[in-house]
Parts: sequence; structure tokens; C-alpha cells
Amino acid sequence: MVQQHDSNLIATDRRWPEGTRPSTDEIWHLLEEVPDPEVPVVNVVELGIVRELAWNGDILEVTLTPTYSGCPATHFIEEEIGAALNRAGLANHRLKQRLAPAWTTDWITDAAREKLRAFGIAPPQGSASKRSLLGEDPEVTCPQCGSTHTEQVSEFGSTACKALYRCKECLEPFDYFKCI
Amino acid sequence: MTEQQALFEYLLRLGDSGTILSQRLCEWIGNAPALEEELAIGNVALDLLGQARAWLEYAAEVEGAGRDADALAFLRHEREYRNLLIVEQANGNFADTMARQYLFDAWHYFMLQALCTSADERIAAIAAKGLKEVTYHLRRSSAWVKRLGDGTEESHAKMQDAIDEIWTYSGEMLIGDEADQLLLEAGIGADLEQVKQQWQAHVTATLAEATLTQPAEDSYMQTGGKQGYHTEQLGFLLAEMQYLPRAYPGASW
Repeated sequence: MVQQHDSNLIATDRRWPEGTRPSTDEIWHLLEEVPDPEVPVVNVVELGIVRELAWNGDILEVTLTPTYSGCPATHFIEEEIGAALNRAGLANHRLKQRLAPAWTTDWITDAAREKLRAFGIAPPQGSASKRSLLGEDPEVTCPQCGSTHTEQVSEFGSTACKALYRCKECLEPFDYFKCI
Repeated sequence: MTEQQALFEYLLRLGDSGTILSQRLCEWIGNAPALEEELAIGNVALDLLGQARAWLEYAAEVEGAGRDADALAFLRHEREYRNLLIVEQANGNFADTMARQYLFDAWHYFMLQALCTSADERIAAIAAKGLKEVTYHLRRSSAWVKRLGDGTEESHAKMQDAIDEIWTYSGEMLIGDEADQLLLEAGIGADLEQVKQQWQAHVTATLAEATLTQPAEDSYMQTGGKQGYHTEQLGFLLAEMQYLPRAYPGASW
């Protein structure tokens, strides 16, 4: 039987019985379903945007760290996370922004780096904490053909977090997720 | 001047400088010499605007007069703006824009680096975040100063003219006033003497590598932006930037 949903019913995806409270582990999994709006193959958890989940009495506190100061997706991501929690019946939540420590690409998980590569975006190379940002350009591997024979076209790309590169083997242009 | 007033001024200066330079850079959109440069300029403008928002949100809280960051950005007059004079100067040609950007970025970089250890945790957090972005800005603008300076005869001449033209506005960011002094003593603000030494070393090295001549050290320096006395350039910029929220108060989409 097809179940009918009221469009104004907030808790259509409610996953937990009335009166029970999911563990933070379960909520981490729930938030893994929220994609990044710019790069939808990765989610907000594996990008390192969600920093902490904690129950404060009946209120779920979600701590977020924005990526770039001017990232236009920051507000949208907050709304998406809020909406996902509402849909799961967790309307009683509070989103908190935490600026320090500043977001770093070191927080992007290995699984997410692989997804970025498969999507055609070269993932950040190496560790932001271990090398000087003022140093030489990193050796960037082409996400299409795997060649390291690549060159930077521009330090800034289609979004704040990316730079433009070109592969000199397969001649394809590609985005590189900058290491910050 | 109380410490709270000084802090409000200080945050406005940081926020306004970011807002105005961001607005200036956006004038290149649709006009940049190459698509990659347009993207880069747009990205830098976006970073500066994001940082400005963080500074102005804090400024609004410190003021405690019920204004928010938008009200500060869009509903203040020219004389209430506290940005550095250098950022309001017209874009000129691409060399002019890059010369202005480089001299500002070098200051911005060392300034934010100093603010990372501010006794005010919120300032330290905003600075640490911004510093990562400004590192990229400085890399790019110094690369352009070198490429154009050490490029063709024409590009060299244009970059030298650009540096000579903007130079008179480069001193202001290194000169402290009462608010700077008060916050330095409180451990909140940056030590401008230290920033000045770092800035001068960076600029001297970059201009030398670019085969450009550095203007005389005792050149006359324009000041006043930090206190609200601006060049004629700012009024026109604000007229464009503030038009919509002033013509349609509370407009949203």
C-alpha cells in the first residue's frame, strides 16, 4: 500500500519512535546524507564541516565550521543540515558556528578525497599543517589520466576552494581542491 | 576614547577595507583581461567580503546599538566609513589594480598574522581563518607585480607607473592612531611598527625582483581614511553599492 504523506508534516522521515532519542552516532550517519551543494559527491561530514554533535538536555547542538570566509554555500549548507534534522524529527536543535580552529582541507577524509578524484576534481595534495602555504606549487595529479605532468592555469577556480589546472598529457583542464 | 569605542573603530576599519576593496574588484567582472583573471579577481573579492562580514558582525555587537552588519555596510555615509584610502582608489588598468592589490595584500597578510595572537579570541579566530585566504591573495598579487615588472618594456612601464601612482596611499595602513595604540596596549590590536618592518621587507624584495624602482622612503603619504576623511572616489562607489538597499529599504529575495 502506498502511504500518503501530508506535505506539511515535518516528521515524514522520522526514524526514531516517539519519545526516544537517537545517539550522536546515529545522527552522524544521518548528516552523512547531506551533500555539499557545490560538489554533491561528497557530504558535509566527510568535508569536515560538521565538527561536533552533542545533546544538551533535549536540545541537539550541532557545531559547524565554515570552509572559506566568503563561501556562498555556507548559509545554504546550514539550512540543508537544519532541514535534514527537521525531516528526521529532530526539530529541537541548535546550529552553532565555530571559527577556531579554522577549517582545513586536512579534515577531508580519505574516502571523500577518492570521491573527489572520481568526480574529476583533484583532491588537496599533502597536509596544510605540514607545509608552508607560501611554498612552491604542489605536484598535482590529473584526476582523468593520473599523470603528474600538469600545470596551474590559475590559483583561483570556479569556487573559492578550487584552483584551475591543465593536464599536459591528456590535455584536459581540471579543478584542483586547494590545500588550506 | 574607551576601549569599547576603540574596538568598534578597529573592527570597522578592518571590515570596511574588505568591503570597499571587494566592491572595487567586482567592477572587473565582465571586463577582466582573461577569464582566469576574472575568476581570480572574483574569488579574492568574495574572500574579502566574507571576512568583512565577520568583522562587521562583530563590530555591530560591540557597538550594541541594534545595527547589524548589513546596516553598517549599506546605511552608513562616506564620513562614517573607516576603510583605508588605498582600497577606494579606482581600478585604473590591470597593472594599477594589481599594484594596489599587492601593497594591500602584503599589509593584510602581516596584519592578520599579528592578529592571530590577539587577546580577543574572536579577533584571533577571524584573523586565522582570513590569513589562509590572504596567503593565496598575496602569492597571486606579488606574482603579477613580478611578471609585469620584469616583463616587456610596456608592462614594466605600466607597473612602474602604477606603483608610483598608488604609493602615496600605502603609508596610511602602517601609521597608528589613538585607537591602534589603545588596543595594542590591551594586547588586542596588532603592533603596527612590526607590521611596517615586515611590509617594507616584503615590498622591497618584491619590487627588486620585479626590476621596479621603489619610490622614495620619505614620499608624502595621504592619511585620513581610518578617521573617515576620504578621497572623492569613495562617494561614487558607495552611491552604487548602497543604491538598492537605500532605494528599497528591507528588500530581500
